[in-house]
Amino acid sequence: MEQKESEVIVVTSGKGGVGKTTTSANVGTGLAKLGKKVCLIDTDIGLRNLDVVMGLENRIVYNLVDVIEGNCRVTQALIRDKRHPGLYLLPSAQTRDKSAVTPQQMVKLIERLKEEFDYIILDCPAGIEQGFQNAIAGANRALVVTTPEVSAIRDADRIIGLLEAAGFKQIDLIINRLRGELVRRGDMMSASDVVDILAVPLIGVIPDDENVVIATNQGEPLVGTDCPAGTAYANVVHRLLGKDIPFLNFERSISFWTKVTGILHRA
Amino acid sequence: MIRLWRHLFGRKRSYQVAKDRLKILLISDRVNCSPEMMELIKADIGKVISKYMKIDAQNMDIQINTKASKGTQGKKTPILYANIPILDLHKQSL
Repeated sequence: MEQKESEVIVVTSGKGGVGKTTTSANVGTGLAKLGKKVCLIDTDIGLRNLDVVMGLENRIVYNLVDVIEGNCRVTQALIRDKRHPGLYLLPSAQTRDKSAVTPQQMVKLIERLKEEFDYIILDCPAGIEQGFQNAIAGANRALVVTTPEVSAIRDADRIIGLLEAAGFKQIDLIINRLRGELVRRGDMMSASDVVDILAVPLIGVIPDDENVVIATNQGEPLVGTDCPAGTAYANVVHRLLGKDIPFLNFERSISFWTKVTGILHRA
Repeated sequence: MIRLWRHLFGRKRSYQVAKDRLKILLISDRVNCSPEMMELIKADIGKVISKYMKIDAQNMDIQINTKASKGTQGKKTPILYANIPILDLHKQSL
């Protein structure tokens, strides 16, 4: 069996609320569903969320800061997700702030976790301050999440610049909450418009799907389930593993005829 | 009917507005160079070129872009583009 070095992926965006945590949860869960050993780390100290999105909030005993400060062993802080063997969460601390951890400490922690996991997924906080620096410190690959909006794309561009400056060789883009009908109408940038502007490889297009809200309510990532976002996240996971999966077309390039009939419908 | 007319020939679609705004915004974001500074650079370049030929300073276009260029192994480096329409190549005999 090939022994690959574990991959450490930071999920980041710059802007808040574009779907970093949802993406982390789904990508992590998706990898675990395919039999990988995955550790999800919530690096948003003071504003922890990944635990609730994963539905593991009631099982937290120790957290990231406890591990860093030596109050417990790493294995004591890791929460095992009973639904998926091989999936673990290292929750963040809710009552501390970003300065409780340094990038050097993160690197050390990740080196330790690499011994046991195939994939380490870091859910990065919004912003470009210390929390961001902590999250990217130990990573060798980045997923940049954006939505097709001016503000989110601008921040994503800044983040990509910072990641490149930090020496990241592999930066992939996830476009979240794409609304096909708006793109068709010409009122939302398409995935290719966004890729045009940001000029990094695209690894996923996630349609705006109400099932994401439902899944978050239930604390159960929807990757791989039979819905548009579930399929799109499953495809991201396969592409992460190096498979060449064609992109789902939510925006369909439309023929002149459908355009004409479409207009007549609305006029 | 008015909507149909507008849809076919009228206003720019909002995705295009967003894209155009971003393109301009990101140029200054990426190089950390303010639009004012770009104007100064533009004026200076115009002055220098004007010494040798007659140019259309009104329609000069100066931009900084980041494009992967040859010899940089796909690494993005900022490039200064200057599009300067020439009105007369031989302004004066030098």
